[in-house]
Amino acid sequence: MSGAAATADPHRLGRSSGLRHAASENAGGGLRAKRIITGYGFWIFLLSDIIMFSAFFATYAVLVGNTAGGPSGKDLFDLRNVAIETALLLFSSFTCGIGSIGAETRRGSWFYGAMSVTFLFGAGFIALEIHEFAGLVAQGAGPTRSAFLSAFFTLVGCHGLHVTAGLLWLLTMMAQVYAKGYRADILRRILCFSLFWHALDIIWVALFTVVYLMGAGQ
Amino acid sequence: MSDFDPEGATDVAPGEDEAEGVLTYVVGLGLAVVLTIVSFFIAGNSLVWGPSIPVALTVLAVAQMGVHLVFFLHITTGPDNVNNVMALAFGVLIVLLIMAGSLWIMAHMNHNMMPMEQMMQMQR
Repeated sequence: MSGAAATADPHRLGRSSGLRHAASENAGGGLRAKRIITGYGFWIFLLSDIIMFSAFFATYAVLVGNTAGGPSGKDLFDLRNVAIETALLLFSSFTCGIGSIGAETRRGSWFYGAMSVTFLFGAGFIALEIHEFAGLVAQGAGPTRSAFLSAFFTLVGCHGLHVTAGLLWLLTMMAQVYAKGYRADILRRILCFSLFWHALDIIWVALFTVVYLMGAGQ
Repeated sequence: MSDFDPEGATDVAPGEDEAEGVLTYVVGLGLAVVLTIVSFFIAGNSLVWGPSIPVALTVLAVAQMGVHLVFFLHITTGPDNVNNVMALAFGVLIVLLIMAGSLWIMAHMNHNMMPMEQMMQMQR
């Protein structure tokens, strides 16, 4: 085992026993082990991001009743808008997966087509969210109105900022594939991007359940 | 590039071909759509007994997160996924501690705090 692991992982990146095991399982080449380690490292980042979101969720859950005489979620939330946002993000997650398969199999039409659809759906999501926020501020329910609305704008806005950053990252990845081709390091970046995009959809599942559906049903 | 192993680069588990990879995403999308529709449906009408709606929504959301993890993020029980699963378990533990701990502590503080009117009178 140690010999195979040493050739698969010459720099001993996978020092822990589990990774060494994984490297020995895939003793086919160092690149595959490197891909697993890159995914693992980015997964750790995503989990820390999710923990940060959990703090915002806890803040929201504590402050949701403190409306200071202002409007509550029941008065404000438009579930039709939220359903469209949810559908856009879910389908963009799907097309992102198809696009990453297109990148692995080096099919330009799959990669560029699916990733363009991903970008359009993500941009549609952001447009709807900005529209919703602008409507709330216009009717006097901005983040300064009450503790509930401060927590709401922080939580939902933070997710929106993540999606916006993901859109910029997606454009960067498409430009990198266009300029440099399907290189191993570029493919690892695409793997990280798709992990990021799917994780944002997981956070949105928690968000529309806790904030919108539970808020509107109170 | 010459020693690059295309099989090792696939997003899906080694040995699976791309049709299976696409099928994984299609199945995941189908399950996620069903769970989402059920969530929005039971939140919007009185078919389900009112007090049980938050519980049902929570169960549906956890199920959908599981679907996303398995079908989109490819978190599996395979040997090259042990570290990912362990990190996920730790992350879930921390998230539960933050959520449940915050709600528990803040509810108790709220319960034990002097009513706001009395506090205002004392400050005068």
